[in-house]
Amino acid sequence: MAKFKKVVVANRGAVAARVLRSLRAMGIPSVAVYSDADAGASYLSLAQEAVRIGPAPARESYLNVDALLEVVRRTGADGLHPGYGFLSENAVFAAQVEAAGARFIGPSPRWIEAMGHKTRARELAAEHGMPVGRGSAVLSGDADSMLRAAEAIGYPILVKPASGGGGIGMLPARSPQELLGAIERASSMAQRGFASAEVYLERLVDRPRHVEFQILGDRHGGVVHLHERDCSVQRRHQKLIEESPAPGLDRQVVGALAERIAQTLQTMGYDNIGTVEMLVGLDGEFSFLEMNTRLQVEHGVTEEVTGVDLVAAQVRSAAGERLADILPSTLPCNGHAIQARVYAEDPKRFFPSPGRLEVFVPPSDPDVRVECGYDQGQDVTPHYDPLLAKVIVHAATRGEAIDRLMKALRAFRIEGVRNNVPALLEILDSPEFRAGDVHTGLLADVMKQAVRA
Amino acid sequence: MSKIEAKADVTGSVWKIVAAVGAPLEAGGVIMILESMKMEIPVLAEDGGTLLELTVAEGDAVSEGQVVAVLEG
Repeated sequence: MAKFKKVVVANRGAVAARVLRSLRAMGIPSVAVYSDADAGASYLSLAQEAVRIGPAPARESYLNVDALLEVVRRTGADGLHPGYGFLSENAVFAAQVEAAGARFIGPSPRWIEAMGHKTRARELAAEHGMPVGRGSAVLSGDADSMLRAAEAIGYPILVKPASGGGGIGMLPARSPQELLGAIERASSMAQRGFASAEVYLERLVDRPRHVEFQILGDRHGGVVHLHERDCSVQRRHQKLIEESPAPGLDRQVVGALAERIAQTLQTMGYDNIGTVEMLVGLDGEFSFLEMNTRLQVEHGVTEEVTGVDLVAAQVRSAAGERLADILPSTLPCNGHAIQARVYAEDPKRFFPSPGRLEVFVPPSDPDVRVECGYDQGQDVTPHYDPLLAKVIVHAATRGEAIDRLMKALRAFRIEGVRNNVPALLEILDSPEFRAGDVHTGLLADVMKQAVRA
Repeated sequence: MSKIEAKADVTGSVWKIVAAVGAPLEAGGVIMILESMKMEIPVLAEDGGTLLELTVAEGDAVSEGQVVAVLEG
């Protein structure tokens, strides 16, 4: 297969728009899908065909496997791009797509399976010599054995769903007294969110940084890295601001680790796009967190510093092209790129705020890249996640990038739904962020100061 | 004794009703859990009281500020 003949984009909003744009640039005919809530969205016109897949609730549309497979069969597509979220890390769906005669544009289903289960992924990483923090296996048995498992790791502990992702269902426990309750609640959330009640324990790293490595593999045994991203600014364990390169780290240490990760995944036979997420402790130690076997929400910052269209590269790799033909021979990390995620949510409590976008005018400065799937006048429904747009800037230095991003965010006009732009500006302009002194608790610290001020 | 209305903090849907009508609730006790934009947001009996009435059922759509339960406290 030299090139796909037709690709279904099984997603919505900003990522559907992003993938459709790359397919168009590559001259590959595309099929968009939409729920009733997204009928008439302007990004659908980027596709040659647009097919309704169901009513607004995600399980009846974007998670509706039968409807999506029917689209693949009816349109005669030979590829399906899952975007991120929804079914992008569902190994069963990936296999069903392949059985329906189309290639799932992502790694082989076995990889999705292996990395989708967090303790299995940790074991796999450890076996291959990646640094892995202290943690337990999936918990089973009685309270005593759970307490012993926690004791062996040491408090504070983080209880995490084994099949989880997106920061959902993780609970801290600072003492044995808190542990059993946290396990019970995390287990219930895991059952509901991921259809598996399995949870495990990890050591809770104090004020960690979140640094991740962008990986691209091909179907011929090649794997390279495209540097790292820092995604430490988070709320509820979900990323808000992402940048590349990571500020204030020893470039040699980061570069050596990136090389080692790419080599390890090459040995293991990884064959498409992926991201290895690591925590960095105050001592500078890296530890493996998880691997995402899909395109990430924050891929744009890597595209800005490397000049590579990651979506196009992912599609070409899935079609069977070699990395040597897809990527330039060297992959420098030029300048500094930052992305801010604009969410429809209360800027103080971060509660969701669905509603109608009465006014929605993204910044139009040519130096600013906006990835967005909404139009003025459209309803932001409670059915999907609250991401309205991603604002991405690239500049020679980090300081210039921050200034440019703040200017862009101030120019973003949104009325009708509450949004987190004030919180983004607060954090971008904080002395800590400016200094590159980032960690996952920074947002909460800065917001506390803002309330006191 | 006075009647207190519990309201939805967000627009979304009712995922799960936790408390039963007639049940005494402590201050901060959870009446129900709403779901919006992939988040779960609890509706609390802020000052506690007895749950008199539920004005919504599981699966119902709710708007921000809508009364979802009545308590006596």
